[in-house]
Amino acid sequence: MTRFVIRRTMWMFLVLLVVSGVTFVLEHSVPGGPFDQEKALPQEIIDNLNERYHLDESLPQQYLRFLNDVLVPHVSTVPPGNSLQDSAVFNFEISDGRWLKWMNFGPSYASRSRTVNDIIRDQLPISAQLGVFALLVALVVGMPLGIMAGLRQNTVWDYMGMGVAVFGVSVPVIVLGPVLVWIFGVSLKWLPTNGWGAQPPYLLGFLPRELDANFIKHAIMPSVALGLGSSAIIARLTRASLLQVVREDYIRTARAKGLVERVVILRHAMKNSLIPVVTILGPLFAALVTGTFVTELIFGIPGMGKYFVTSITNRDYPVIMGTILLYAMFLVVANLVVDVVYAWLDPRIRYS
Amino acid sequence: MATEADFLEAGSEPRLEQEARKGQSPWVDSYRRLVSNRAAVIGGVLVIILVLMAVFAPLIAPRTFSEQVLVDNNKVPGWILSVFPSMKGYAPISNDYLLGADYVGRDLLSRIIYGARVSLAVAFVGPLISMLVGVTYGSISGYFGGRLDNLMMRIVDVMYAFPSLLFIILLMAFFRSTLAKPEPGSFSYVLSSLDTKMGGMLFIFIGIGATAWQTMARLTRGQVLSVREKEYVEAAHAIGAGNLRIMTKHILPNIVGPLVVAETLAIPTYILTEAFLSFIGLGVNPPTPSWGAMISDGSQVVRSYPNQALFPAVALAITMFAFNFLGDGLRDALDPRLRGTH
Repeated sequence: MTRFVIRRTMWMFLVLLVVSGVTFVLEHSVPGGPFDQEKALPQEIIDNLNERYHLDESLPQQYLRFLNDVLVPHVSTVPPGNSLQDSAVFNFEISDGRWLKWMNFGPSYASRSRTVNDIIRDQLPISAQLGVFALLVALVVGMPLGIMAGLRQNTVWDYMGMGVAVFGVSVPVIVLGPVLVWIFGVSLKWLPTNGWGAQPPYLLGFLPRELDANFIKHAIMPSVALGLGSSAIIARLTRASLLQVVREDYIRTARAKGLVERVVILRHAMKNSLIPVVTILGPLFAALVTGTFVTELIFGIPGMGKYFVTSITNRDYPVIMGTILLYAMFLVVANLVVDVVYAWLDPRIRYS
Repeated sequence: MATEADFLEAGSEPRLEQEARKGQSPWVDSYRRLVSNRAAVIGGVLVIILVLMAVFAPLIAPRTFSEQVLVDNNKVPGWILSVFPSMKGYAPISNDYLLGADYVGRDLLSRIIYGARVSLAVAFVGPLISMLVGVTYGSISGYFGGRLDNLMMRIVDVMYAFPSLLFIILLMAFFRSTLAKPEPGSFSYVLSSLDTKMGGMLFIFIGIGATAWQTMARLTRGQVLSVREKEYVEAAHAIGAGNLRIMTKHILPNIVGPLVVAETLAIPTYILTEAFLSFIGLGVNPPTPSWGAMISDGSQVVRSYPNQALFPAVALAITMFAFNFLGDGLRDALDPRLRGTH
């Protein structure tokens, strides 16, 4: 198991390396530079800017510099937050006036006073919170629906549950978003139509400081809009796997030895039927985190999402790189976690 | 002790067999299962209506999609006020527009009808591209196996780590700006002029194709692996059939069912991808109407003119419903064992 985790982690790094390489090549092959403007800047200024951001170096040099900045930690005497050049996502104080800094994604060319690290620190937690809440919605709505439909197959409950599930997959966030805004925000005026209820700094770097009514009110519509589609996937999967499990021999055995139906369902059937659901949580969470950026546009949430599109049109290379790598990291880490949990849940699976 | 009922039941078996022996191909069987599924039939009928709507858009639509009457901007028809009473008082009324007009005075209904063209084109071309690339890739990988298989599948694994929507966005930005002013006569010039003629759809197709083939490749490879060692493939080898022949005549026909089902179920995803892209402004070129772009425009004014976002949203939802119903039905019909697994 340990060997499996180590091997997968190494594979994960390789994947991220390839993703960063491909992104680097793609972003630099898009014509135009970050300092192109309607009214062209004098060549001297562009040269100076290029020199300042190391854009005058050759592409391989730039790529190696990027890798070095992100991967290699270094000790610095500049306090965090005081320099755009010497900044990092993780800052640890080792002794008086000396900091160990790790992961520097570089400055943002578009907003000259911020770095990608600032964006990651301030905006990413919002997207992550939205993603987690959407996943919660997906689980809380999806699993009971699936279990209900699976246990009462071919009854009204089943049809109702699966009807809701088809509704969920067919109504994407760009449809549900405006509809929810119009119903609950504009007509009923129950919920705020834009904004987010948490501001930096965050607890542990990503949790909102307090889960108050204000936060919930802001979070409820975007989470539902984003999570409903995934809840449908979970409901269908739960139902299908439950249907399969209740036909297994060990369920018959459990019934035959006189166990109460409740115990049969809860202890024997449910536990086993949840395995496929766990395996899909990884990709699902990754999809939700990626999906947050459309949700953020609709509900005006100041998350990571808007940077993704604007950075590409601005040729803001460090921000493009940072956002793509972050989302890719979410994807591979989520898949790794799922594989490990999978092995732990199902002793029949052994990775060698 | 055998009862009369037992005999009756036993007696009914030969009759079933006889029916089955009437020479039904599995396709006829599947078709029958499909048409007996009410939801699938509704989905199918809706898809046909949508296709007709897209094909005959110029005949059905009261106006063209790009006709602007600036003085009529944000006009709403009278009936809408009873549905959206909040608009009373400020909304300019004009019964010339059945569903209202948008912010530059274009007829919403006409744009929704024309918008079906983009969504449906994606719904049919998306699976085509992803099938073509994915099935070729997957069957080569699965058929030849060994190191080649390992390498090809590792590549797919890496591609999987790309957040696909974000990758498409990066690709779209790349296409839109790289091929914006190409040299006449070059390949990119041909591409971009074709794209312009298609209202920006070509690049959407390429973007969707670039990400959608991976799932297909994995599925095909798995299926090929499962039939590769079957006796009939061995027999074909024995009589000296070439690799290409074995692949196209013996392997592909036997694995096509699950592939078609997977593609049908993926259609809503393609439609959604296009809508997302148009929503964030990287999809079709204006003024080509796309439901995603219309929802985006409408969302800006959802507080004052909810009709501008809600009607295209409803159109998109109905289309998604139709393809989901049809896909589920096809899956149940082609492979009853898979019932309810997706």
